[in-house]
Amino acid sequence: MKKDNRFKNSLIMLIVTIAVLFVLNRILDDYKLRILNLCGIYITLGLSMNLINGFTGLFSLGHAGFMAIGAYTVAILTMPAHMKEMNFFMKPIMPFLANIEWSFLPALIMGGIMAGLFGFLIGAPVLRLTDDYLAIATLGFAEIIRVVFTNTQSITNGALGLKGIPASTNIWWSWGVAIITILLMVFLIEGSYGKAFNAIREDEIAAQSMGINLFTHKVMSFTVGSFLAGIGGGLLAALLGTIDPNMFRIVLTFNILLIVVLGGLGSIKGSVVSAILVTIAMEALRFLDESINLGFIELKGIAGMRMVVFSLILMGVVIFRKEGLLKEN
Amino acid sequence: MGNQGLLQHLANGISLGSLYALIAIGYTMVYGILRLINFAHGDIFMLGIYITYYGVLFTSIPWWVVFIFASIFTGLIGLLLEKIAYRPLRESPRITILISAIGASFFLQNFGIVVFGGRPKAFPIPDVFNKVVKMGGVSISLITFIIPLVTLLLLLGLTYFITKTKTGMAMRALSKDYETASLMGIDINRIISITFFIGSFLAAVGGIMWGIRYPQLMPLMGAMPGLKCFIAAVIGGIGNITGAVLGGFILGLGEIMLIALLPKLTGYRDAFAFILLIVILLIKPTGLMGEKITEKV
Repeated sequence: MKKDNRFKNSLIMLIVTIAVLFVLNRILDDYKLRILNLCGIYITLGLSMNLINGFTGLFSLGHAGFMAIGAYTVAILTMPAHMKEMNFFMKPIMPFLANIEWSFLPALIMGGIMAGLFGFLIGAPVLRLTDDYLAIATLGFAEIIRVVFTNTQSITNGALGLKGIPASTNIWWSWGVAIITILLMVFLIEGSYGKAFNAIREDEIAAQSMGINLFTHKVMSFTVGSFLAGIGGGLLAALLGTIDPNMFRIVLTFNILLIVVLGGLGSIKGSVVSAILVTIAMEALRFLDESINLGFIELKGIAGMRMVVFSLILMGVVIFRKEGLLKEN
Repeated sequence: MGNQGLLQHLANGISLGSLYALIAIGYTMVYGILRLINFAHGDIFMLGIYITYYGVLFTSIPWWVVFIFASIFTGLIGLLLEKIAYRPLRESPRITILISAIGASFFLQNFGIVVFGGRPKAFPIPDVFNKVVKMGGVSISLITFIIPLVTLLLLLGLTYFITKTKTGMAMRALSKDYETASLMGIDINRIISITFFIGSFLAAVGGIMWGIRYPQLMPLMGAMPGLKCFIAAVIGGIGNITGAVLGGFILGLGEIMLIALLPKLTGYRDAFAFILLIVILLIKPTGLMGEKITEKV
């Protein structure tokens, strides 16, 4: 009976969301639509990080790296041949990549698979480490990816980045993926895997003695998380149309961490709400970086002020409200 | 590459290694006691350089006095950082305090951008350091020799402090067993404050010499050396000061030699440290000189 009710509620929520998106898609201008798209993408990204950091309790800081893999995979697979030729003027692209032109869905899935594959390859050795070491090793991995992408001129076009990626991401893509991710997370967390992840987070040794295979579960959580991060990265690339290695600095991981922490570690609802809030706030607080004209006086904006505010919020939340800003208690 | 070139690279590697070692000590000391990666350590290093920069440019105090006071002042900032960002969280899960550390790091970086400006500045190098020494047909700038020397002196001082003084003994006790040490009447807060002060002080000294060696100042300049020095501390075995120094030298020499011997891989310089880290962690997770930690249930 209770389960029935929940199903009904979720269905209503879903229909309402789709209806709202449909209306917003009609009435919003391009700039606002872009923010709405970003909200959807950040929901996916926030949830994927929450799966690793919040639900399983692994402290991973490699998100930017996995996003970069997804973004570049989608970009290279979907860009038409003549566009690639224009981009790669310093050094021609590797021949076998030059004439590939996939449609968006398979490219996006491929982006996720590539990120997941790297997640698996990295996770298998690195996940034996305890939390702090894991944090620094995954952070290191993300940096390595960035450095490698900066140097592999004939595959990623190096520091020049890629321009003119087909803009395939729209509201339905970004929010569709977000909704699928939410469903996947609920499915995972409510099931036996979720229980195992939780047990690992609370007490590894106790979990192990209950017969939970630590390694398999950790690697699984990490791989699924990086798969979703890759998908998020791919969506982002197809939304922005331009990517370069410097986009995927640790600041990006930091933004997603902010979403996860604000929403509460291990809370799906929290991540969704805070992804939307943080994305909108990031845009709304842009005025801190730019000059404001009040008519009679022009206030000079200070570059970097926005991130100062955000880092203070992050620290304030962890120090004063350890449960996350949005988590109901 | 002839012998002379090799000598030159060796000198550069040792001086870079000494700088890494100085910064790595701060990481390793804090980790030894609090089991915390102080992500903001690299940014404290950056603050130290900027404080010196403003001190030398805008006061008429002799440079060496500025150097000393700037280092002490940076040490105090480190102490303050612990009080604000880490102390309230001492009893919380480790992940929370790590997040706070990352927040602190980003705060300091962006604070730097806001206050110091994003544009690179040139470090005012006192003339003394611009001298060039000719040795065996190679000309090497004086600072290349001064850096290892200063590092050595500081290390000797630190070793004396940790092994011979009462505070040093308390520090060692805390890193061995936190709870028992506190039961023995050790004032934990005081010791932790001193640890942060020393770590940040050394980072500032390292920073000043870094500024003389690589005189371009940017608010984000602390991030990469910070990460690398943490890696140096891990390679040597975190919590172990000798290990941190060893790790610093391995990393510094390794980086310079990589560029010298395989110039094609120059672009991968920043990846070298991380690859080394992952390899070391897989082979010997406790680092070269670290003790094996057995987990108690």
